[in-house]
Amino acid sequence: MPITETHDLHKRRLGRNVGVALSLVAFAAIVFGLTVAKIREGASMEAYDHTPRVSVTPPVESGQ
Amino acid sequence: MTDLTTNSTVTAAEGEARFGDYVLLLKPRVMSLVVFTALVGLLVAPVPVDPMIAFTAILFIALGGGASGALNMWYDADIDAVMRRTAKRPVPAGKVTPGEALTLGLWLSAISVAMLGLATNWLAAGLLAFTIFFYAVVYTIWLKRATPQNIVIGGAAGAFPPMIGWVAATGSVSLEAILMFGLIFMWTPPHFWALALFMKSDYHVAKVPMLTVTHGRRETRRQILIYTILLAPVALGLGFTSIAGPVYLAAAIVLNAIFLKGAWDIWRRDEATAEADAYATEKRVFRFSLSYLFLHFGALLVDAGLRAWGIA
Repeated sequence: MPITETHDLHKRRLGRNVGVALSLVAFAAIVFGLTVAKIREGASMEAYDHTPRVSVTPPVESGQ
Repeated sequence: MTDLTTNSTVTAAEGEARFGDYVLLLKPRVMSLVVFTALVGLLVAPVPVDPMIAFTAILFIALGGGASGALNMWYDADIDAVMRRTAKRPVPAGKVTPGEALTLGLWLSAISVAMLGLATNWLAAGLLAFTIFFYAVVYTIWLKRATPQNIVIGGAAGAFPPMIGWVAATGSVSLEAILMFGLIFMWTPPHFWALALFMKSDYHVAKVPMLTVTHGRRETRRQILIYTILLAPVALGLGFTSIAGPVYLAAAIVLNAIFLKGAWDIWRRDEATAEADAYATEKRVFRFSLSYLFLHFGALLVDAGLRAWGIA
């Protein structure tokens, strides 16, 4: 027999879970929006990660 | 079966927090002041900031302020429980456990500092971290219960947001940021002590050394006047920096004259006179002090707007 009776406790838990879910969605949206804003203003999209990359290596002066 | 489930949860339900109880831990009313002053600090800075980055910065400065509020409620639960004004806060009311308040405070502190650093710069993030540390540790844990100057020292934590907003935009601390800090720092004591004079609070029950209790109400009136006199040059000094203009300077002159007159009136009164008119002057000065701060920062914003439109 399923438990169908709801108590104030269940309402509080539901409210809390919805609140946490919305906060997480908002946080994800903010991180996404921030990433877009950072890229738009020309922030570096690459960094040194122990793999040699021409794009993140400072140019070597010739003639030395 | 259903009866068993329902009955066994009655006790738990009484201690089960709603989402709003966690929000209350963050002291939303204090956060609104943090949001406003930090926003002004960021907007009056001479460096334009992307709207999304500005929004993120203000949000996480506010969240950092909220985190320090949660840490304050965790540590002060014993004090809050015995004072009427604070007895209904989530921790003393039994809605949120002290452990939950501590965990929420620590996690929100870490998230807000990290996000502010990533969104703007690490100096702003460092200042936010210091503000949280200052409010939670230096003020709440250390000095609140030790000295009647607790309001003065605690005021520094509330004074940092415009400076953090400024640093978030510019990446450095300058005279303007220091004076915005000084404006809130010097404003806090007369604002709170005016309230303490007419709010018959029960700090003595909680053994918190408030100036009105430790040094008496006569001395509190004197201190209000002293701090208001010291506040005026800071407020007017800000008027001669690059962020202020004619609107701020005019507002500062008028507002400080009114505040000084109010502090003078408070100083001249004795308790018998104050009780006779139900602390009318003290209440008037307290209400005015709220407008005082709002109008100073509002005037900075107006001047910034005028500059942006090329009017001033």
